[in-house]
Amino acid sequence: MRNLAAILFTGGLGFLLLVIASQLDFGQPPMRVGQEILNVAAGEVGAANIVTSVLLAYRGIDTLGELSILFAAAIAAGLVLGHRRADVPADPDGGFILRAGADLLFPLLLVVGFYIILHGHLTPGGGFQGGVILAAAFFIGVLARPREGLNHAVISVIEGLAGAGFIGVGLWALFADGAFLKPMLDQGTLGDLVSAGTLPLLSLALGIKVGAELAGLMTSLSDTEAPEQ
Amino acid sequence: MELNFVTILYVGAIGLLLIGAMGLVMGNNLFRMVLALVLAEAGVNLLLILAGYRGDATAPILGIAPAGVQMVDPVPQVLVLTAIVIGVGVQALAVAVLIRVFRAYGTLDARELKTLFEFDVAAEKGTEPPGSTQAPAGGRPLSPVPPRPQADEASS
Repeated sequence: MRNLAAILFTGGLGFLLLVIASQLDFGQPPMRVGQEILNVAAGEVGAANIVTSVLLAYRGIDTLGELSILFAAAIAAGLVLGHRRADVPADPDGGFILRAGADLLFPLLLVVGFYIILHGHLTPGGGFQGGVILAAAFFIGVLARPREGLNHAVISVIEGLAGAGFIGVGLWALFADGAFLKPMLDQGTLGDLVSAGTLPLLSLALGIKVGAELAGLMTSLSDTEAPEQ
Repeated sequence: MELNFVTILYVGAIGLLLIGAMGLVMGNNLFRMVLALVLAEAGVNLLLILAGYRGDATAPILGIAPAGVQMVDPVPQVLVLTAIVIGVGVQALAVAVLIRVFRAYGTLDARELKTLFEFDVAAEKGTEPPGSTQAPAGGRPLSPVPPRPQADEASS
């Protein structure tokens, strides 16, 4: 009975979606917003990567909302999992290859992460992607040496500073120009590393915040006590 | 809708979404339901990206394409970009909850958990456990009631 209902439900959902998809005039996106943004973004924001202009300029306040969702998820995971008791034995260290690989990868991942964050307004990438790579850089170390772990207090401070930086840039724009998170400063030359005004700053704050958030989230997951058997 | 590359992509995206929905509705193991959620999320992301696709267009980055070439719609790409990272956060939270559930009850089977929850709720409010004495022994249409948990097992 339950399986029959499930099959009917998924069949109906699939039929509905296929009918909607088949009605779409393909190749002509139905939204005019995208076309309009493509036309004006280069002059208004000055970032070569239009996705980043949308993410940090046109939908900047939305990105702030996404950050708070991520923050809420990290806080909730930390609350649910709690702290490891001091007398519970930690997982043993990884083997030699894992430890050596972690040491080797850490600086490379840091460089790649910051490169992707700082070039977010020029090439595909940006705060979210680079932040995830930064989180991976720190998390590989935790996997190789679970006993050392990461300092949760330091992560929280970094995360809070990055979030405050993001909001601070937004507030600066609010008081200087009357619109929250409006891109400030000179736009510079399209395609230069220092261009697009405050977008690289916002990208940096976003990347560090996402990186710290995910690193804290994964560390609290890996730091959990194993269930007693 | 003729059969071409884009149709296949659409069908694949919708198919992923359907597999995920099916797993969510029919699954009994909570961890498998989280995996089904991940699959459905991938399908939704692919569907969103496809909504902004244009056959003759390039990526929305100035300076890499020759002038005059159309670009794809950047707005769905931004939505998906954030949705992926949010998805990772939500999955981590779901797994955290599952870890707690497994630590407390020792199982991730949704039906067993439902019974155990009912026993716990009944014990907390001091009433009889629900439906355990007069319930049918099992078989269709009612699912069999898992055995009553032992007292020492529940308290550990």
